[in-house]
Order: sequence, then C-alpha cells, then structure tokens
Amino acid sequence: MIASLSLILLCQLAGEVIVRGLGLPMPGPVVGLLFLLLLLLARDRFVALARGPLQQDGVENASRGLLAHLSLLFVPAGVGVVQKLDLVAEHGIAVAVVLAISVVVTLLVTVATFLVASRLMSRGRSAP
Amino acid sequence: MSANPFSLWVYLSQSPLLWLTVTLLVYATTDALSLVTHRHPIANPVLHSIWITGAFLMLTGTSYTTYFGGAQFVHFLLGPATVALAVPLYENRKVVAAAILPMLAALVVGSVTAVVSVVLLAEAVGLPRAVVLSLAPKSVTAGVAMGISESLHADPSLTAVAVVLTGIMGAIIVTPLMNRIGITDFRARGFAVGIAAHGIGTARAFQVDAVAGVFAGIAMSLNALVTSLLVPLAVTLLVR
Repeated sequence: MIASLSLILLCQLAGEVIVRGLGLPMPGPVVGLLFLLLLLLARDRFVALARGPLQQDGVENASRGLLAHLSLLFVPAGVGVVQKLDLVAEHGIAVAVVLAISVVVTLLVTVATFLVASRLMSRGRSAP
Repeated sequence: MSANPFSLWVYLSQSPLLWLTVTLLVYATTDALSLVTHRHPIANPVLHSIWITGAFLMLTGTSYTTYFGGAQFVHFLLGPATVALAVPLYENRKVVAAAILPMLAALVVGSVTAVVSVVLLAEAVGLPRAVVLSLAPKSVTAGVAMGISESLHADPSLTAVAVVLTGIMGAIIVTPLMNRIGITDFRARGFAVGIAAHGIGTARAFQVDAVAGVFAGIAMSLNALVTSLLVPLAVTLLVR
C-alpha cells in the first residue's frame, strides 16, 4: 500500500519536474498519468518490471481506492464559495445561469460529435 | 476538567484536526444519503457537503483559511487522483484504442464549445471583465483551472468556485439529459461529462457505469491539456 502510493506520488513528482523544467503549458499530474500508464504497459512487456507495487494489483488497488471517492476531493475548493458571498449576492444568478447553459450546450455538442464521428468510422470500416 | 469549554473550542477551531474531521464526516453523511437514494442526481454528495460545511463555517465564524488548514489534506489528493486515472485507462485500453478518432473529434469540438460558450454568454449578460476571465476555464479540473486563471490575471479563487459549480451542475444534469435524448452509448455519455464537468462529472460517471467513468476520466485529462492552450487564445479573440 505504501509502496503503491509512493509510486503514484513519484509519477506526479516526475510530471511536475518535467512540466516546470521545460515550461510546458500542461498540468504536472497529467504528465504523471502518462508515466504511470507507460509503466503499466512496460510491465506487461518486460517481466523484470513486475515487482513491488507493479505486481499483484498493488498500484491498481491503491488507484481504485483514490478514485472511489473522487468527488470528496472537490469539497475543500467548493467550500471556497464562503469567501465570495458578496460576488454571489451581486452576480450569483447571472453566473449560475451562464454556467448551466454552457454545461448543457457542451454536453450536447460533445456527445453529438462523439456519436457522429463513431458512426462515420464504423461506416468507413464496413464499406467494401 | 478545569479548562472551560470556550477555551477548548478556541483551541480546536484553530486545529487542522477539527476541520479535516468535519470535511470527512459531512461527506460520509451526504455520500450515505446519496447511496440510500440509489445515487439520485439531486442527492449529489459534493453539492450538499459544500453548503453544509459552508453554513457551519459561517455559524461558527471560522475563516476559510482556518478551514483550509485541515481540508488541504483532502485537496492535495486531487493531484495523485489524476495520476491514478492511468489505471482505469490501462484496464480499458482496448475499448479506448478502438474509439480514438471519435474521442479526438469530440475533444476538440467539446473543449472549444466549453470555453467559447461561457465567454460569449457571460459577455452577453454583461458580467464584469474580471468575472468573465475567471469563468473561462471552468470546465477543467480545479488545479489546472486556477493556474490558467492566474496566468490571465483573473481571480483564481473565483475560478475554483466556478469549476466546482460547473462540475456539480454537469453531474446532476447528465443522467436525466442523456436519458431524455436517448443516448445509450456509455462511451459517448462519459466522454461528454468528462469534457463538460471534469472530475465531479467523472465521479458521477463512475457511479453510473464503469466504461462511462473511464471515458470521462480520459476526457477530463485531455481537456486539461487542450483548455490550457485554448483559453488564452479565446480570451484574446472574444473578450473586449
């Protein structure tokens, strides 16, 4: 468990080092995600890597544990609304309406694009 | 037993222990209620945790800084949880690889829509410039959005609130909306909620369907990349 958590933190740390070091315009944890993914894929190819947290579902179980309560992790940032009550009183309704419309539009446009692209792809494949 | 209750409260209310306990306890309660209602969208545990905790802070006159002293241990885990998304991605790599083209198309169109729609709407209702800028990155996960907001000289703490609000709205609305319009492809449903509502949407997707959760997680990670590049561009073009 400790080794698995360390591996996850290590991936994140490596991601932060690379992003800050090279001045890349992307978040460190996303690069960390890529590292962990590459490690897992490399483990399947090279048996020598399958040790410590990379064996017996070690890092897999630790990750599932973290992701099982993903919503909890957003609570502290959300409670930050108590600092913005003057803004809520002044623009709260406008902001809420704007965000709600934008969310619905984004959901519909994204799901439609995905379905259209996936249909075009399967049509391209089944065509002779 | 000589210490009076007030000095005990003064001591505890300044300690991380109390606020970490409150954060976890309130969430455990709201999450249990969400389970009792069979994960009804309106019983969203993030939404109810936030207002209950916020009300408790105001009733006790506690500052957000003091609260965050305890809650930061939870907040910190957002980073490792992003890294952990590699595991569901790895486990579903075949499904993902088969859908790579629809994903890329939906990613580009979806992230442009998320940014452009919020900027245009916010300008149309006449919100002040600083608020418009703070709302622009609202569809990406909190840490990334706050970084973007900072680089635009907007208000990162307002951005954080907009991000969480967006996530809650997306998580509440996605299931009824997709059912209403008859979308049964859980890859598409998950991907859409990951683009529109980042981690809170992804958490919701994992509750509904494992494949939807995986696609939401990928969408959220990719969107973090695209939006960091897109927002500065969109703001230059669209904001007066």
